[in-house]
Amino acid sequence: MQNWLPFEWTQYHFMLNALLAVLLVTPLFAILGTMVVNNKMAFFSDAIGHSALTGIAIGVLLGMGDPLLAMLAFSIILAIGISNVKARGRSSPDTIIGVFSSTAVALGIVILSREGGFAKYSNYLIGDLLSISVSQIMILTAVLLLVLLFWSIFFNQLLLVSVNSSLARSRGVNVRVVEIAFSIIVALVVTVSIQWVGILIINSLLVLPAAAARNIAVNMRQYHLITLLIAVISGLSGLICSYYWGTASGATIVLCASVLFILSLFGKTKSI
Amino acid sequence: MAYPNGCEKQGNEFCGLCCTKVEHFGVKFGSKEILHDVNLHIHCGELTAVIGPNGAGKSTLLKAILGELKHSGNLNYLDAADQNTGVPVIGYVPQHLDFDLSSPLSVMDLFAAGNSRLPAFAAHSRSLRQKAMESLARVQAEHLHDQRLGNLSGGELQRVLLALALTPIPDLLLLDEPVSGVDQPGMELFYEMVSDLRRRYDLSIILVSHDLPLMARFADRIVYLDQTVKSSGTPAQVFNDPYVTGVFGRIAVPALPKGQIIDLKDGV
Repeated sequence: MQNWLPFEWTQYHFMLNALLAVLLVTPLFAILGTMVVNNKMAFFSDAIGHSALTGIAIGVLLGMGDPLLAMLAFSIILAIGISNVKARGRSSPDTIIGVFSSTAVALGIVILSREGGFAKYSNYLIGDLLSISVSQIMILTAVLLLVLLFWSIFFNQLLLVSVNSSLARSRGVNVRVVEIAFSIIVALVVTVSIQWVGILIINSLLVLPAAAARNIAVNMRQYHLITLLIAVISGLSGLICSYYWGTASGATIVLCASVLFILSLFGKTKSI
Repeated sequence: MAYPNGCEKQGNEFCGLCCTKVEHFGVKFGSKEILHDVNLHIHCGELTAVIGPNGAGKSTLLKAILGELKHSGNLNYLDAADQNTGVPVIGYVPQHLDFDLSSPLSVMDLFAAGNSRLPAFAAHSRSLRQKAMESLARVQAEHLHDQRLGNLSGGELQRVLLALALTPIPDLLLLDEPVSGVDQPGMELFYEMVSDLRRRYDLSIILVSHDLPLMARFADRIVYLDQTVKSSGTPAQVFNDPYVTGVFGRIAVPALPKGQIIDLKDGV
């Protein structure tokens, strides 16, 4: 069978771990992506991804071996910060996020590039799915469960906020609390996965499957199912292709999602 | 049939005794005062139209009543026995949907999000479907239940939003320029529907509008707002107030008593 089916990669432990990771990360991103796109938060999640550099830098300054905690703390503070400034300010959210994001990237690069040592952090830029360990897979599992719980409780409120915040308010939704909670969840998921997916492409993984599904779906149920399907299919095919092509797995997965997005344009519903 | 809390206790379909009181409302953005000392009494079964120039704070007033904006002053809801029942149940129909109409959101999803504990992406329960269909029937929109919101015409969308705002029947219904961007026949149809629902469910309604001639026809009371209440009363009173005519000019107020039906067959 191995002669004619591409299963040679299953002999390797790291590939099986990576497979597990893909099966956890892609649904996670698919689910969050639906509302990131609906709430026009693509730029926000991108900023959170980029801010990981500063988180890593803070971790390094504090002498932490694994900077994950520093990254988490920084991204959550940033998420709350952006959310607050957005709620109070009158200027465009894009500008505010742009200011936060470029400051965070610059600060991170400045600290990490002291004495020319940036190269050892370049893994964070493109991600390294193949080096994921069992304990890290456990963390991803816990995060996925947390997101599923959050989704089952807060989805309706989040959806109403995305439709119209005054309408949400009239249905008893505390708009600020829901917005901040969702920002924190996005920050948490992006930060935990960034090491495996890569700063440069993490946002595409979040946005592409949902964007493709929006072209086809006519209700929320289809939206979720199609997004999940597109994310998992591009995850699996991207991982296998990256093995045979010897390419970075995160980027290959995103390319597969891009292809599916283009295909989705042909099935576009008439209304748009 | 469901009626607003207070009226139900009274056991009287059209009691007109429940009252929503907006007392000394003020709203500030930073140091800029948008509204000050706004007082309104809204009785059930009454449609109160809020008119005024652009930037007068009309939408701001609705957002303050909703509790979305911080404000000074009190909002009180009194039932027929004049007992303070606290915060009224509020239904709200927004000015225009400030969201991407390409969102894969069906009418039923919207009802699920607003009325169900089950997440809207799950299968919709039978009881929810039934409730939504009943609500949509009130605005003659049952046939739209599985449509994407983005596929609806402006008038259809506003009717669906009205149906949602009436589920459950609210103590106070707020309409923020509900028909901006809807054609003239659609506008009249919508206001006729609101007017009819007000009588059937004894609703208290605050409606922000720019359509002064239509308001002269449909509203029971008119409030002219410009940072505070500058004039209020029946359409005839307000539209003859020199202050208001000074801003808008003369508005013809239909001479017919309210509720009288013009029989077109007899000719006019």
